[in-house]
Amino acid sequence: MTAAQPNRLRQNGRIDRTRPLAFSFDGKAYEGFAGDTLASALIANGVSLVGRSFKLRRPRGIVGSGAEEPNAIMQIGEGAAAQPNLPATQVGLYDGLVARSTRGWPGVRFDLGAINDVFGRVLGAGFYYKTFMYPRSWWKHYELAIRKSAGFGQAPEGPDPDRYEHMNAHCDVLVAGGGPAGLMAALAAAKSGARVMLADEQDEFGGSLLAFAASIDGAPAAEWAAAAAEELRDMEDCVLLPSSTVFGYYDHNFLTIAERCAGSPDSSVGGGVRERLWRVRARQVVLAQGSLERPLVFCNNDRPGVMLASAVSTYIKRYAVLPGRRAVVFTNNDSAYRAALSLAGAGAEVAAIVDSRPGGAGDLGLRAQALGIPVHAGHVVTDVAGRRRVTGASIAPWNGESWENVESTIRIDCDLVAVSGGWSPAVHLHSQAGGQLAWDDSQLCLLPAEARQANVSAGAGNGQWSLGECLADGLRAGAETVSRLGLKTAAIRVPGADANAGEKLIEPMWRAPAASDADRCPRQFIDFQNDTTVADIRLAAREGYRNVEHVKRYTALGFGTDQGKLGNINGMAVLADTLGKEIPEVGTTTFRPAYTPVSFGVCAGESVGELYDPVRTTAIHEWHVAAGAPMELVGQWHRPWYFPRDGEDLDAAVARECLAVRNSLGVMDASTLGKIDARGPDVVEFLERIYTHKVGGMQVGRCAYGIMLGEDGMLMDDGVMARAGEQRFYLTTTTGGAASVLSWMEKWLQTEWPELEVYLTSLTDHYSTIAVAGPNSRGLLEKLGCDIPLDKERFPFMTVKPAVLAGMDVTLFRVSFSGELAFEINIASNHALAMWRTIMEAGVEFEGAPYGTETMHVLRAEKGFVIAGQDTDGSVTPVDLGMNWLLSREKDFLGKRSLRRPDSLRKDRKQWVGLLSLDGRTVLGEGTQLVGESGEPAAMCGHVTSSYFSTSLGHPIALALVAGGRGRNGETIYAARPGLEPLPVQIVSPVFYDRKGQRQHV
Amino acid sequence: MKRYSALSLLRNALDYNRKWPTAWRSPEPKKSYEAIIVGGGGHGLATAYYLARDHGFKNVAVLEKNWIGGGNTGRNTSIVRSNYLWTEASLLYEKSLRLWEGLSRDLNYNVMFSQRGVYNLGHSLQDMRDIERRVNANRLNGIDAEVIGPAEVKKAIPCINTSPSARYPILGASLQRRGGVARHDAVAWGFARAADALGVDIIEQCEVTGIDVRAGRALGVATTRGPIAADRIGVVVAGNAGVLAKMAGLRLPIESHPLQAFVSEPIRPVLDTVVMSGAVHGYISQSDKGELVVGAGIDAYNGYGQRGSFPVIEHAMQAIIELFPAFSRVRMLRLWGGIVDICPDACPILSKTPVEGLYFNCGWGTGGFKATPGSGWAFAHTLAHDRPHELNAPFSLDRFASGALIDEHGAAAVAH
Amino acid sequence: MLLIECPWCGPRAETEFSYGGEAGIARPADPDALSDAEWADYLFYRSNPKGAHRELWNHDHGCRRWFGVERDTATYRIERSYVLSHTGSDAATGSDAATNAGTGYSSGNGD
Repeated sequence: MTAAQPNRLRQNGRIDRTRPLAFSFDGKAYEGFAGDTLASALIANGVSLVGRSFKLRRPRGIVGSGAEEPNAIMQIGEGAAAQPNLPATQVGLYDGLVARSTRGWPGVRFDLGAINDVFGRVLGAGFYYKTFMYPRSWWKHYELAIRKSAGFGQAPEGPDPDRYEHMNAHCDVLVAGGGPAGLMAALAAAKSGARVMLADEQDEFGGSLLAFAASIDGAPAAEWAAAAAEELRDMEDCVLLPSSTVFGYYDHNFLTIAERCAGSPDSSVGGGVRERLWRVRARQVVLAQGSLERPLVFCNNDRPGVMLASAVSTYIKRYAVLPGRRAVVFTNNDSAYRAALSLAGAGAEVAAIVDSRPGGAGDLGLRAQALGIPVHAGHVVTDVAGRRRVTGASIAPWNGESWENVESTIRIDCDLVAVSGGWSPAVHLHSQAGGQLAWDDSQLCLLPAEARQANVSAGAGNGQWSLGECLADGLRAGAETVSRLGLKTAAIRVPGADANAGEKLIEPMWRAPAASDADRCPRQFIDFQNDTTVADIRLAAREGYRNVEHVKRYTALGFGTDQGKLGNINGMAVLADTLGKEIPEVGTTTFRPAYTPVSFGVCAGESVGELYDPVRTTAIHEWHVAAGAPMELVGQWHRPWYFPRDGEDLDAAVARECLAVRNSLGVMDASTLGKIDARGPDVVEFLERIYTHKVGGMQVGRCAYGIMLGEDGMLMDDGVMARAGEQRFYLTTTTGGAASVLSWMEKWLQTEWPELEVYLTSLTDHYSTIAVAGPNSRGLLEKLGCDIPLDKERFPFMTVKPAVLAGMDVTLFRVSFSGELAFEINIASNHALAMWRTIMEAGVEFEGAPYGTETMHVLRAEKGFVIAGQDTDGSVTPVDLGMNWLLSREKDFLGKRSLRRPDSLRKDRKQWVGLLSLDGRTVLGEGTQLVGESGEPAAMCGHVTSSYFSTSLGHPIALALVAGGRGRNGETIYAARPGLEPLPVQIVSPVFYDRKGQRQHV
Repeated sequence: MKRYSALSLLRNALDYNRKWPTAWRSPEPKKSYEAIIVGGGGHGLATAYYLARDHGFKNVAVLEKNWIGGGNTGRNTSIVRSNYLWTEASLLYEKSLRLWEGLSRDLNYNVMFSQRGVYNLGHSLQDMRDIERRVNANRLNGIDAEVIGPAEVKKAIPCINTSPSARYPILGASLQRRGGVARHDAVAWGFARAADALGVDIIEQCEVTGIDVRAGRALGVATTRGPIAADRIGVVVAGNAGVLAKMAGLRLPIESHPLQAFVSEPIRPVLDTVVMSGAVHGYISQSDKGELVVGAGIDAYNGYGQRGSFPVIEHAMQAIIELFPAFSRVRMLRLWGGIVDICPDACPILSKTPVEGLYFNCGWGTGGFKATPGSGWAFAHTLAHDRPHELNAPFSLDRFASGALIDEHGAAAVAH
Repeated sequence: MLLIECPWCGPRAETEFSYGGEAGIARPADPDALSDAEWADYLFYRSNPKGAHRELWNHDHGCRRWFGVERDTATYRIERSYVLSHTGSDAATGSDAATNAGTGYSSGNGD
């Protein structure tokens, strides 16, 4: 062993001693080797105190070697690339790794919070529900103090510098877990011609074989695993995913896999993909995720130096580090004897094997005894000494019956206690998939029972413990999926391996006896991270929290970052014991994703930042950008809001743009309006049902304003429609409604009226729309060169004609959303920018101006034109809007019946009206509430939906929904203004400008 | 009921916590009750509590098919606010909020109601119009509300992304300072303990399998633990309301959908308020333990599965990262689903039914947790007097025929 | 994530589709003849069963066609997809265009 890494073994292990790696922990520099995890490197360097528990702030050491680790929760990296809360057991070591412990103040070695341990009895399960209530206003202070100690690591300090991606995949068989069973299942399926995916959370395939002394077909087990993986890798249609955790199992055999692509948590800076989410639809799934070892429950079983026996073996065999020099092994089953043999083989002294079973172990026990290891059968560890590191264990004989007043007769000095309380198959995915679980009373674990989806369990995850059984079970599971797929099973032999003949069964020892009763003895921990003890579970049961879900929630059992992988079964058993029930009666809990935590980033994938949501822009967008127009976000669209000149602000620009339209010429990009081509023999009948007005009366070439209602009678969308032919209409919708209106129409057509032959096609992106408005708009078009006459006799208001304008094919609409003489030019989007530029050049002569959405809003408000979605909110009928003239009495249409409901007929419904500020200058805030009287408190009678300063009129105007508004013309009501006197306003007609509507007819 | 206090904690600690009494009994069901509440979630337990406390009912049972608080009460993101758009809704939620403010003391159980403020973000001009409208309405209804700009948002929530170049830049927010979060399990347990102390029988593992309706009147229920008669039956079973309605031959204007939420691993405090966004569809807070608690959307399709679809989670993650780019590297610990019962107008039903003696409280959709005490309070009144309180009169079933819906869809286009 | 069989395009992921609610809600032939309660029943009341449910789906990121699906709302198992009937508004009588039974994806235990 070297001075630098005092606990590093001289030989063996799957580490590369030629590649030393520097890292730091809590600011101190250390060295490890390639192939280490942070945990193994810390152990190699003799670091045993790595964390503090959540509530009691007890010193904690590394317990496990994988996903189950509850204590060594680290902050890895710094700044924006920091990664909070990684278990050191799952962090592959890399050069320059910076790790920090995450609990303890000022530090993990000396933590003032450890005072909690002293007052621990007051801080029993659920203590916070019983106090901090008085005085009432103080909870925020109490909470502030509580929050100070929240959490483990810290959120990074900036946007994530790394990328993530999503990958969709399909396969015949997905194998979750690449240990012996998983490899055999994958081989069986792949060799039979199935398309296979094999995922394993470690960076090498082999699972437990990587830390296992056994041999397969005469070769070291790890070599067999490597060869098997190689064979699979070479096969066509076989995808191997190392460093990939299958974390979710959803309906219809959909599974999610998180792949860690980079070698380290923050090494992909520079453009690489850090993690990849595989979204896999598998026809069959083999679940071979192995099993998790349980700790044993005894007093002070959380002290640093108490470690899972399998973890001890793993550290020795795989990482060539020795977690202790003088060990006590405590078990209720045979498997921990391997840890004792590993320890002895690595030169450590095994002071004792303490086996709670009176009969001790099988063959492994004999081997231990042959090495001279003292075996204390029928004994238990009752307590350990030491605070920051175990210094000794107290041992007592145990008859399996008495739990109190047990006198420890033997005290053994040691610096390591390797524990095994048996094994729990990793049934998480099986349960996520809706599968049943069944308690096995002889193996003392939950086993996967009936599956609800197309999955089969194999190996240790299926209760097969020996290597030989795992291999055979993997083959069986693989073959089963093959036959379910209807393929022919290839002949494959089970490789030769130990079958563990001569093992003895596990025997229950859910809680070691103690010198006093379970409520008084030193703490016996069930959930390390959350400090849930046996006494807590007993307290919960005493207080009536007896359902296992209540117990979990009351005591926080299983709510740590390890999600109860270590503690849940022990907790259930202790609860069952407390309640005098059998374990299956206590029940288990449902497992939910994720099996192990997954980053938000990998779930989000590429769709973040500018890709969060598609940005839609018009064909003319680049011109708007070049003109310096700020954009208004309308749904996914970016629309020019206004076109400032010479440092104009919004108000100045809008005033100028409005006057340009009213006095001469304005041009607007209206391309975002939804456009639908509707045609077919039954198109008139169809549109009669959709729109409220009489569509059949429209002549070819005519335009009409149309509205559509939901079946609830509320205004849904509106727009101009044009009859382009006997059986053809051109419909426009609002910008926001384009997609939903088309879908909605299609639904009616396909599901309700399939007898109608109508075809709907979206043209929104194919055609662009340029609105040319103002007294000089006709002059502009004439200047551009138009092949049709534009005078009002031959091209009257509300008509449409195809034309050639400036040499380009267009459809010209004589419609107006400003009340001025106006044309809308519909043109293929490829030509839109050219047309726009041409218009801009020609418009100079008229002192024309481009205008944006704000000016459009002002102009239409001056005319009292409604904007669906701004002046309406899903609770406004056409009658409320004063659109009775649009409602045909001669036909039914969608929503018509709802207009007869009592509430629709109420006289005091909110109706759409105009408002004038009586002071003649205040522009009301949009969203201002209106009240009938100026005094407080006043009942609301409506609200302002639109409000602007009208430059054309020289005063502010507003549109509002007011209870019974249309019958109250001329009345004064009040605009409520927070913090200010209510402002008197007068109810007027919503049409403020050109009330007779003459200007658009010019 | 033995009172909880710091003193009782100390006293019991000295005795190794061996003398704590049960929080609620586990009685055998009686043959009959004055009133039966079907559903042992927060709303049902609250109903029983207020029936006993305010209306003198001595003989009340809460029947829970599983364990109390195990449905949506234990599956939500625990947000409490009252800043709804329409007066009818905001007054009901405000009643609830006022009850929340004294609830820990009323129940002698710390439900950890933490008034850390709720921000509803606006990302477009229309969002801001809607926020102005809602805030103005709230203030006129006596509900605290204010509109704040992006700079103030940034000041209050330093880790939020207020960059103007964000895909959906934050233009402002409404803030209700009295809003916040509470400890969801504690609400069920606290109401259970307090109701039990007033004599209410809380009967777990007792599933209602039928409703005995004769001549238009409900006489009792069939359960897995035998028939139980009752003068009045209040059904408060959220996502399963449709199933219970069917037992009484009724239909309801609700549909059940899966709604998901998730928590991150606990991290050091970084977000000490509640943030909700409709346009960027997500809502988030941080628990006292340090977990980021994130609400996702509903699955579009009907479902009773208490589980949802993964794309919904992807969208929620994208939304949270859009608002909080630094959370990208935080890890999701656990996700879960509930069944929410959604009304056409996104408002609840607290109502008599065509069956005499049978009352339904359902349709809370994605936002029922915040209403727990208010819902129970109003529903208790409705059961006790056989007519709704003025606060819940607008939430009767007849609104669907008359058309007097209270459409909150536009105001909160986000699950909450 | 559900796997839904589009009768025209075959099995596709849920994200390609949009949901259209309960199938077989026929629009009344003469709404004017209905009472307010009857109209409300058509508008708002749905069977919302826990169990077998006939529902409408649209393959809107594909062929954009509407079709029917028979799905269990508790297990999410899909019994079949079907083409909507062209004889009237009740979509229930559509022909059985596709079932998932043969795909192994969504059948209960995949065999």
